[in-house]
Amino acid sequence: MEYIGIILVAIFVNNIVYSQFLGICPFLGVSRKVDTAIGMGAAVAFVLAIATLVTFFLQKGILEPFNLQYLQTIVFILIIASLVQLIEIILKKAAPALYQALGVFLPLMSTNCLILGTCILVIQKDFSLFPGMIYAISISIGFMLALIIFSGVREQLALTRIPKAMQGMPIAIITAGIIAMAFMGFSGIDQMFK
Amino acid sequence: MNNNVKTLVNGIIKDNPIFILLLGLCPTLATTSSAINGLSMGLATMFVLIMSNIAISLLKNLIPDKVRIPAYIVIIAAFVTALEMAMNAYVPVLADALGVFLPLIAVNCILLGRAEAFAAKNKVIPSIFDGVGIGLGFAGALTILGIVRELLGTGKIFDFAIFPETFGALLFVLAPGAFIALGYLIVIFNKLQKK
Repeated sequence: MEYIGIILVAIFVNNIVYSQFLGICPFLGVSRKVDTAIGMGAAVAFVLAIATLVTFFLQKGILEPFNLQYLQTIVFILIIASLVQLIEIILKKAAPALYQALGVFLPLMSTNCLILGTCILVIQKDFSLFPGMIYAISISIGFMLALIIFSGVREQLALTRIPKAMQGMPIAIITAGIIAMAFMGFSGIDQMFK
Repeated sequence: MNNNVKTLVNGIIKDNPIFILLLGLCPTLATTSSAINGLSMGLATMFVLIMSNIAISLLKNLIPDKVRIPAYIVIIAAFVTALEMAMNAYVPVLADALGVFLPLIAVNCILLGRAEAFAAKNKVIPSIFDGVGIGLGFAGALTILGIVRELLGTGKIFDFAIFPETFGALLFVLAPGAFIALGYLIVIFNKLQKK
């Protein structure tokens, strides 16, 4: 039951985009079409799961025993950046089809604040390994959901007549605000599972 | 000297990181629930931007071209860590309010963008001016957004009451208000710039 609470909060109540504001750049950048949105969402899910696992062991195994917590930011960024490179190389050899699908999105991951942010949040919230992983995976599901909803709306927006000053980004951001309002309706559903 | 002033003004108006380039939107939306939070996030980012611009423009001839991006990231992250420790020591309340977005300054696209686009190609003095200009543009945008959200949400500016709190629409302090206020501010900025 405790896990259902974690999952619901991460996907709906504290949706990573609409209420936590992480990963806004890829959210606005690659949400013009539903297809690319799914590709980006899958790439985030893939990298985030591996990055959370690696940074978790790094924090508990090296940084904490040696009292080096203050190096967290630097170490995590470097690890995530090199991890992304590594995943890219391995995927290219081992799973060319998957590499073709995720290829363009992978390099963007290393400076994606969603990845680093979630890795830091898992540590800050003091999760143990299993709930931490569930949390990270739920966050990537929430991100994918946010992207798919938003890209569906934007495909429609492209066909609509919009005042000149609002065309492009402004209307997209305001739309995101209205979707965020809808997501606020979920607040409290996790209370049922406490 | 004239060129430097131009760089500085460009950073605030023509290349405004928020309203024109739409970079670094995550901290913009997340930390502007009040004017003071927005301002302090803006100043924190500005500090890191100026310091990393100085360091990168000084080191640009020593860094091999192939590993320049990781090198820039380490330099930026080092300044972010220093800032994080200083803020935790002297202004813990503010550090708490900014939360996870304080370490996340390190992955703000503005910093890496300016390092690559400006500091890596220019000398120290112009790089400082670029850092100050872009930093002021960012801090200004965050402060404006913070003021708008705080005023509409609670009727206060910098905790100074303008109209009674019961008239405020709490929505603007919450998440949706961030998107909506930013969207309309960009519209206004677009309109003003065209004239």
